[in-house]
Amino acid sequence: MLDLRLYMLQRITAILMAPLVLTHIAVMVYAIQGGLSAAEILGRTQGSLGWAAFYGLFVAAVSVHAAIGLRAILHEMAGLRGTGLAIFTWAAGLGLFAMGARAVYAVTAA
Amino acid sequence: MGNAVDIVAERETHMTVRVWRGQGDQGRYESFEVPERENQTVLDVVTWIQQNADPSLSYRYACRVGMCGSCAMTVNGKPRWTCRTHVQKVLDGGILEIAPLRNMPVIKDLAADMSGFFDKWVAAEGVFHPTATRTDEIPKIDPREERRVEIDNAIECINCGICYAACDVVAANPDYLGPAALNRAWTLVNDQKDGARDARLAAVSGGGGCHNCHSQQGCVQHCPNDLNPTASIAGLKRETAKSFFKWRR
Repeated sequence: MLDLRLYMLQRITAILMAPLVLTHIAVMVYAIQGGLSAAEILGRTQGSLGWAAFYGLFVAAVSVHAAIGLRAILHEMAGLRGTGLAIFTWAAGLGLFAMGARAVYAVTAA
Repeated sequence: MGNAVDIVAERETHMTVRVWRGQGDQGRYESFEVPERENQTVLDVVTWIQQNADPSLSYRYACRVGMCGSCAMTVNGKPRWTCRTHVQKVLDGGILEIAPLRNMPVIKDLAADMSGFFDKWVAAEGVFHPTATRTDEIPKIDPREERRVEIDNAIECINCGICYAACDVVAANPDYLGPAALNRAWTLVNDQKDGARDARLAAVSGGGGCHNCHSQQGCVQHCPNDLNPTASIAGLKRETAKSFFKWRR
């Protein structure tokens, strides 16, 4: 169910997410300190390749990491296996990526 | 005035022992009143029932001294080696409840079918693959050497199946190889005389392999020989993670 490939993918995405989460929280706290408005924040993120790459990577890592975690939970708690489990894993991963990518696009597209 | 035997019988106190009776998925608990002794193991109690109350009771044991690993059962909800478990230590409100081991099919009454458990030892490559013949010189291995110490920490397994019964991952994922088989694989991964390290790491990296362990340590909690299969599985996770990059070169 959780083979070496999935295990490593989940660990590698966890390692990627650790600095991304910390940076995300630090920027959130910093951004609201000075009372930045939504328009001012969007002014900084829209058209920024850096923020697009930052949150694009974040969304990709979350999608892979969470899909594998949900797969393990569903297998152990609901007994789902085989093709059904594979379809669920891909659907969860692609669904999370689509939602995340849409948000990244909305915030960073010029 | 009664004789000595009657006097002993008058003073004798009894405990209620609930024993699982049945075959396969079907069964129920049956109660027996068993005389209490000052010094008595759970296996003594089961044997007393079989010899004095119901000869049709099925159970398994061999050595009676904690070596063979065949008498493990669920005692008051916990997996235990019954030959080394004193009744006084586990009696709960004067009641003893004895059932077959969890996570294994029941053959009859208290005898669980351990064949799946042992099949997984083979699936985990828990078999020694020699690299030398009997004419070769025996390699000298320093007992303080790191890999040898890892083996020492894990080698005293008696194959009783208690860790396997205690493991919630086995309960949730029937393909999972389980703590005992993976612990055995870890001893062989560290064996310098063994020639199948890569095959073994591959064998424990599949869908039922070591990476499914959640490190809950139920196996550590219940192992009668105080082994730490979780640490062995963590060792396998480390070695397979290293091999993940090697295999792709």
